[in-house]
Amino acid sequence: MRILRRFWRAIPRRLLAVLGPSMNIHEYQAKALFEKFGVPVPKGVAAKSPLEFEAALAQLPDAPVVVKSQIHAGGRGKGTFTDGFKGGVKFAKTKTDALDYANKMFGNTLVTAQTGAAGRKVQTVYFTQASDIKKEYYLAILLDRASSRPVIVASTEGGVEIEKVAHDTPEKIFKIVIDPAYGLADFQIRDLIARLGFAGNEAKNAAKLIRSLYACYWETDAAMIEVNPLITTPTGEVLALDAKVSFDSNALYRHPEIIALRDLNEEDPKEIEASKYALSYIALDGNIACLVNGAGLAMSTMDIIQHFGGSPANFLDVGGGASKDQVVAAFKIILGDPNVKGILVNIFGGIMDCNVIATGIVEAVKEVGLKLPLVVRLEGNNVAAGKATLANSGLTIVSGDTMADAAQKIVKLVA
Amino acid sequence: MSILITPETKILVQGITGDFGGRHAKLSLDYGTQVVAGVTPGKGGLFFEHGAHKVPIFNSVADAVAATGATVSVVFVPPPFAADAILEGVDAGLDLVVAITEGIPIKDMIRVKRVIAGKKTRLVGPNCPGLVTPGTGKDSSGGCRIGIAPGYIHKKGHVGVVSRSGTLTYEAVFQLTSRNIGQTTSVGIGGDPVNGTSHLDVIKLFNEDPDTHGIILIGEIGGNAEVEAARWIKANCQKPVAGFIAGATAPAGRRMGHAGAIVGGAEDTAAAKIAVFQECGIEVAATPSDMADALIRAAKAKGVTLS
Repeated sequence: MRILRRFWRAIPRRLLAVLGPSMNIHEYQAKALFEKFGVPVPKGVAAKSPLEFEAALAQLPDAPVVVKSQIHAGGRGKGTFTDGFKGGVKFAKTKTDALDYANKMFGNTLVTAQTGAAGRKVQTVYFTQASDIKKEYYLAILLDRASSRPVIVASTEGGVEIEKVAHDTPEKIFKIVIDPAYGLADFQIRDLIARLGFAGNEAKNAAKLIRSLYACYWETDAAMIEVNPLITTPTGEVLALDAKVSFDSNALYRHPEIIALRDLNEEDPKEIEASKYALSYIALDGNIACLVNGAGLAMSTMDIIQHFGGSPANFLDVGGGASKDQVVAAFKIILGDPNVKGILVNIFGGIMDCNVIATGIVEAVKEVGLKLPLVVRLEGNNVAAGKATLANSGLTIVSGDTMADAAQKIVKLVA
Repeated sequence: MSILITPETKILVQGITGDFGGRHAKLSLDYGTQVVAGVTPGKGGLFFEHGAHKVPIFNSVADAVAATGATVSVVFVPPPFAADAILEGVDAGLDLVVAITEGIPIKDMIRVKRVIAGKKTRLVGPNCPGLVTPGTGKDSSGGCRIGIAPGYIHKKGHVGVVSRSGTLTYEAVFQLTSRNIGQTTSVGIGGDPVNGTSHLDVIKLFNEDPDTHGIILIGEIGGNAEVEAARWIKANCQKPVAGFIAGATAPAGRRMGHAGAIVGGAEDTAAAKIAVFQECGIEVAATPSDMADALIRAAKAKGVTLS
């Protein structure tokens, strides 16, 4: 217990905070993890440069391979690179083709349905031996919120968008809820396999894969594992052809081997900077920045800006307090977004003294030399003194009485 | 009356010797709450002192319960040890365990929830602000404050407030108090996907409490707990209810992946939840500034007096 306590203290909490509820990893990392748990995947190698790629390719016989860009976003196959090259996942008949595709992917920026217009820079390219596909399936393990238990979601329709399957043919989706007191039971696996229509050797292999995949989910504190597609081959093999895994950030303290898989290149630098000051920041597309204490209040501050015709530039939760250092850091991060035309600060000082918060805001405005319109809504403990501090600061800080009042004022100021 | 806790309820604090737990234990003592014991393994026999208060510290919850008769525990211990602390409270047969701790691994909570099913102990939280039953003294002191909410914004009265979010709860309570409308109890159930007490559990308690005349239900995107509560209200609750859902502008990409959307169903966006609220006769607050006024409108329509 004592050792565990020391280990807990040693974890840089702020570094974890930025991750939000879960941490993503790349496909090649997920597949390495699968192999560790006995989940069969096609043989593959990940390379960080064209040179590395070529060297790895040389070890293989000249057979077809699949070349896959590694970014933390789905829809890679249908994505387009910013230089016009189409497809973040390519089938290559020969080694020459494979190398050619890899050269086009390295350092190039891939835009998919999930990346947003800015896309993601490809820094790792993964290639796997091409598999003979007999049939494609879908398999995922995640938390079922309604029962507070893990659930396996599976479908006979793999390799396609699962939302579409759920919408069009819900009878083709099967769910197995797992009792955490016992874990995944064999009868449940048999039931699932029967429903998916596996038989003979395939059934035996699928059972082993499902059991291993659940062990991987449970033992690594995964938030979600998604295999789309899971495939069968003409020889009766069952393989995870793709792999998407995310982990519960709250559990990372007991998985240093998973923290090591984190790729900071895949995260917004502004969000990483925010995490150093225990700020939770998510960039959005609007022009009114906000700084709020508490996640629920921060979300509803964004909502109220939109309600009055404005557009929020970010989500920013400063947590329970709002120290001067945090406000300075928050203003700097907010001002790093060129779209921002005004700032709304909304603090409910429940336990904290509003005057301390107001003093921090005034000092922060002076320190960063803020020129943009600033509306501050303060409420709570010692609010009269806080408002007086803002009013007497000699700065043009507009005071809002309620959230609605403050939101309307900032929307008007940036219009 | 109130729900879950009264000004007479005896509280023990697990993690009273930590900075966070200690600070809030003092605020609860100042509020007039019966904080009768602290629990920190290895520090039994010492005392937690604050002004004229001298709260005994015990090595275990069972020891604290035996010596003081505490029936409710509030958990402030760090995330890796929080599940254990909750189970210790359940094992000691407490009526209620309130877990304030933020950042408990989901797997720990899945197991805790499985273990406590069918036990007498109710769990509120984790990752929640706790509960307040306001008292009759100055700034509502003399009440029962469990957790981290500011006590002084409350006022004793007849409205029940239930929410996942801390600061939004304070916002609603503050709006009510500013309009001279008091509360029976405010309950923060916490923002984690696996928690002990749901919106619906609290709504049922408010519905049964004759002193609660109206209810504010505050929810967020994700999951279907608010929808479940709304449907129950439509079928079973005659009291005026106002609702607010936060997160209409939250980016969808930040939620769980594809399979999550299937299991969660189509009802976990803000727009979908608001539509269900309306369909179930809940007066929807258009903005967070409108929460108290929405309840006033709902009460007026039903001819119910809130204050």
